[in-house]
Amino acid sequence: MIKTVDLCKDFGKLKVLKSVNEEILQGEIVSIIGPSGSGKSTFLRCLNLLEKPTGGQVFFEGVDITDKNVNIDTHRQKMGMVFQLFNVFPHLTVRENITLAPVLTKKMTKEEADEKAVQLLKQVVLEDKIDEYPKRLSGGQKQRMAIARALAMDPEVMLFDEPTSSLDPEMVGEVLAVIRGLAQTGMTTIIVTHEMGFAKEISGRVLFMDDGRIEEKGPPEQIFGDPKSPRTKEFLSKVLY
Amino acid sequence: MLQNPLVVFDRFSHLFLEGLMTTLLLSFLTVFLGTILGSVIALCKMSKFKPLSLLVTAYIEIIRGTPLLLQLYAFAFGLPIATGLDLPRFQAILIALVLNSSAYVAEIIRSGIQAVDKGQTEAARSLGLNPVQTMIRIILPQAVKNILPTLGNEFIMVIKETSLASVFFVGDLMTMVARIRGSHFMVIEPLIIAGVIYFIVTFTLSKLVAAYERRLAASD
Repeated sequence: MIKTVDLCKDFGKLKVLKSVNEEILQGEIVSIIGPSGSGKSTFLRCLNLLEKPTGGQVFFEGVDITDKNVNIDTHRQKMGMVFQLFNVFPHLTVRENITLAPVLTKKMTKEEADEKAVQLLKQVVLEDKIDEYPKRLSGGQKQRMAIARALAMDPEVMLFDEPTSSLDPEMVGEVLAVIRGLAQTGMTTIIVTHEMGFAKEISGRVLFMDDGRIEEKGPPEQIFGDPKSPRTKEFLSKVLY
Repeated sequence: MLQNPLVVFDRFSHLFLEGLMTTLLLSFLTVFLGTILGSVIALCKMSKFKPLSLLVTAYIEIIRGTPLLLQLYAFAFGLPIATGLDLPRFQAILIALVLNSSAYVAEIIRSGIQAVDKGQTEAARSLGLNPVQTMIRIILPQAVKNILPTLGNEFIMVIKETSLASVFFVGDLMTMVARIRGSHFMVIEPLIIAGVIYFIVTFTLSKLVAAYERRLAASD
């Protein structure tokens, strides 16, 4: 479904991604773990071109979306993204946050989008907040709303960029529960996370990134139970104590 | 011998009020037209098309780097000589004021837009909105909150700056001060009266802007 070929990203002299080749299949749930600065968030952000790769290609459903002649907006409409800092739209109500994109991109009528918003808010257990502004929501509620907002576009894949890293500890569970529920519906999911237990539990595959490369990949039992690379071992010994 | 300013004001009140109206009209037109032009300039400056962005950057720097009085002279006296175009004095002064204000307003608008968190653009684009939709539906509504108070302060600045236009007798408050000085040889009294009027107007406006800012802060 998503395939990267020799994907590179430089920030000036700093090489953040060094030729990453990876393919994510439909229905897969892939966790990306690794130390800070290893390039895992940059890799994820390159998949929908929020970060412009400086080299290589990204194929989404067979189309090279790094091609200048491709309208990236139509492809992004099929790729939902959830951010570490939620990035909710503070000037819009919860309902407007969710219905804005489907209506504006002419994917749905206002009535359809509204119906969809109600249904999604039930899914993320936030239906009683539909006419609130985001400032009245807790961090966990904001993030659940952001997930609903991304799902409103009926995406084919969901990208999560450290969705629980800026949450208070007691709110992490409620957000992970929503992501878990989503994964169980068969949604293709790619998640950059520091929640090792969660990565182990939901992933079909884990990518360990280090120094701009995918250092090791495999099923979670193997990565967490029997890592091959000394770097993976070192990292896991520091985070799993 | 200093006369009671209240008596002087009473005697020339029609002149002072007419002057105040002209000052306010000139200021309002300056900021209104300056905001329209300034918005266009701000968008040009943020354009990815480098020559355009460089051109308007040069414009902004030149306008902000030279005195307003010089610019007023350029339009009131220089323009007719250079182009043969003989605009009425008021229009020539207004154009100079608008061009001057547009450079400042452009920077106010640009910084207001850029103060909106980058994550907002990313979220909007990740949903598949195009850059224009993102600007109109997500960025501008939030930027307006940053821009309006500063624009209010710009209006207050312009009210004071229009006094420079009195050099060209455009009929503003300071023009009236000069007229009364010339015809009745009164120097200090009209200055006191004009000073009080300027102060009342700008002080009131700045209190209004501050109240508006507090309301915005409370709604965040």
